[in-house]
Amino acid sequence: MLRIIANRVLVAIPTLILVSMMIFGLQKMLPGDPVLAMAGEDQNPQVIAMLRAKYHLDEPVPAQYVLWMKDMLRGDLGASIRTDVPVTTLIAQKLPVTLQLAVMGMILAIGIGLPLGVLSAANKGRALDYGANVLALSGMSIPNFWLGIILIFVVSVRWHLLPSSGYVSPSEDFWMSIKTMLMPAFVLGAALGAQLMRHTRSAMLSVLRTDYIRTARAKGLLRGTVVIKHAFRNALIPIVTVLALLFGELLAGAVLTEQVFTIPGFGKLIVDAVFNRDYAVVQGVVLVTAVSFIVVNLFADVLYILLNPRLRRS
Amino acid sequence: MRNILVAGVLAAGAMSAGSAMAQSTIRIGLQDDIGTLDPARSSQVVDRMVLNSLCNSLVDISPDLKIVPMLATSWSTSADGKTLTMKLRHGVKFQNDEPFNAAAVKANIDRSRTLPASNRKSELASVDHVDVVDEYTVNFVLKTPDSALLATLTDRAGMMLAPRTLADDAGVATHPVCSGPYKFVQRVQNDRVVLEKFAGYWDADKYSIQKVIYQPVPDATVRLANVRAGSLDMLERLAPSDVNTAKNDRNLNFVSIPGLGFYDLTFNISNGARAPKALKDKRVREAFELSIDRDAINQVIGAGIFAPANQPLTASSPYYDKSIKTTKRDIPKAKALLKAAGYDKVDVELTFGNNTVSNQMAQMLQAMLSEAGINLKLRPTDYAAALNAAHKGDFELLYLGWSGRIDPDGNLHQFVSCKGNLNYGLYCNPEVDRLLDDARVKSTVEQRKPLYDAASKILADEDPIVYLYVQPWPYVLSKKVQGFTPYPDGLIRLRGMSIKG
Repeated sequence: MLRIIANRVLVAIPTLILVSMMIFGLQKMLPGDPVLAMAGEDQNPQVIAMLRAKYHLDEPVPAQYVLWMKDMLRGDLGASIRTDVPVTTLIAQKLPVTLQLAVMGMILAIGIGLPLGVLSAANKGRALDYGANVLALSGMSIPNFWLGIILIFVVSVRWHLLPSSGYVSPSEDFWMSIKTMLMPAFVLGAALGAQLMRHTRSAMLSVLRTDYIRTARAKGLLRGTVVIKHAFRNALIPIVTVLALLFGELLAGAVLTEQVFTIPGFGKLIVDAVFNRDYAVVQGVVLVTAVSFIVVNLFADVLYILLNPRLRRS
Repeated sequence: MRNILVAGVLAAGAMSAGSAMAQSTIRIGLQDDIGTLDPARSSQVVDRMVLNSLCNSLVDISPDLKIVPMLATSWSTSADGKTLTMKLRHGVKFQNDEPFNAAAVKANIDRSRTLPASNRKSELASVDHVDVVDEYTVNFVLKTPDSALLATLTDRAGMMLAPRTLADDAGVATHPVCSGPYKFVQRVQNDRVVLEKFAGYWDADKYSIQKVIYQPVPDATVRLANVRAGSLDMLERLAPSDVNTAKNDRNLNFVSIPGLGFYDLTFNISNGARAPKALKDKRVREAFELSIDRDAINQVIGAGIFAPANQPLTASSPYYDKSIKTTKRDIPKAKALLKAAGYDKVDVELTFGNNTVSNQMAQMLQAMLSEAGINLKLRPTDYAAALNAAHKGDFELLYLGWSGRIDPDGNLHQFVSCKGNLNYGLYCNPEVDRLLDDARVKSTVEQRKPLYDAASKILADEDPIVYLYVQPWPYVLSKKVQGFTPYPDGLIRLRGMSIKG
């Protein structure tokens, strides 16, 4: 197992270097100049020249990349060229917020998606199955931002049940924090839960068709026992794969959801940074996102081994 | 039993204390996250919204754009216009207990003039040096007379930071210490800025609000939903599409005031290879002017808050030229002008920073201009890219906004003088330059107004820029918020404001 993990980590290194080069190159190709965006309305030529020199933006792109790489290897991701705040500080501020949103969204998605998927597979072709499918389709097709705005209007403006937006840290006020995150987490969870339900259903269906299930039923085992104990465990492997990918996507930033609910998370950070051409922030955030994607997938690989004893032997 | 009673009384006491606390906090929704809180480096309007409560300027404006005392109680300009003398307010303290005096003014102005990243350099370019005359008198010694200086000192260039904090640039940006009515508590980027009342403020009894929380909520509709839901007490810059919702809500007050700035179409007259030949002809530019129906824009896109503009100065300015009338739409005349210039139809590309309003505007302009035979091709980009295109001359027609300045110089000189910083279309008329340069060194309204009027008339004739509408400042406030007075500069002044119930 350790060898597998070590292997994965080694593979991750070239991936990260490639990611960093791509993001560096891509954002340099964007039209628009960070210095002009920074210099404000007045566009004072002196200020523009000074800023350009300060952030080495007057040097060739490869030289800028090498400079950034050198700092990065020392753990210095640079500072936001807009606010002077170190990128590591920004990430430390925003990552927990998005992590909380992602985890809550994921819990809701699993809570809705898994049971619905299992139930609809076990009741294939019946009313329950159709009902669950309709629900899943709506979950997938309703746009995030629209659902968010509707929820704000109904739940906050009309009923005054939950705060309409913003963020409260759990350390400040735990229940308030859960309450403010509930709507955004639901918006995220609805879309993910729908995808999860579809994947669970198809994974369950393919397992339910196999011979050993028929054997188990023939032995006279209860239907519930067969579905949960025999079929569900085997169906879990593709589901874990999907979950890991979905969770990675969540970390990359639930951009629209964060925008609608004004949550100061990763998604908002990167969107603002792109609009302001705040290169250092974009690079730092993308790098951290890539690392977390890799870590989550590594975690999924470990889960496979725990779920499937055959992998342990090989 | 007694214990229960005591507990009950204590609980009730705690609750009433809690609600008293809640009453004296105001939560204000801003359109953008602030950039920096260093007045010398700030470049955004929202920075000023926060800075206004945090820092005092040397002078301030009244709602009718007169310069009024703030940290300076009186001032005078020497006969040659090259010395501005200010008498300073006694007994003012910074939030770290340092005294405010002439030396503090010198230190601040020197920093704003010399800090490499200062965005105030051009505003203070006329200042040669600052002399400390005595503890409470300071002289601004100028290289050339500068009548815009006083107006400049109402804003960030005139904001005073505690001298001991000036050496630490990062500290100023992240935790500014000023002499304003509220002191800095906390900032979480993209989330909030928290200020609390500074007990030692010289005018403290005029401020009943104890705590201010500024929250950036970029989506205008969500910002309004937050005020309606009670999560915010007021917001700035309501979207025109939400004006009716806000007006019809019995729990809300809607207030709008025309600002100092404008939105315009800038023609690329001679900036690089992309400047179209047709646009060099003023008859073609006038045809644009004649094809646009500003009232329709105001009704359709502006919901009545986009007051039509016909010159770069706002109607509340003493320099506003009343003799210039807003052009009425006249398609036959526009067509005739195009024909006289030798064109049946003109193809022009419009570059604009894409957002909901600018997108609607571009489409409406496209429809209106097409009737005169002007075919507008739309090129939406994000704001940073539009700015880049403007500098490089990579545009034919540009839709841009300007937040406006109190002194007319700020709305004119840099846009239309031959070497102006923001003269993206490179319009150049030596006579306009002469008038505007001359107006800079004259000191009274009576001396300056004829010069601005003359320049405005040339500009109205030559149309290097088509002014579309005056940038408005629409606010929505919960009915609980009282005593709010809107100012043309858009800043929220908390003096006299209170929260009821």
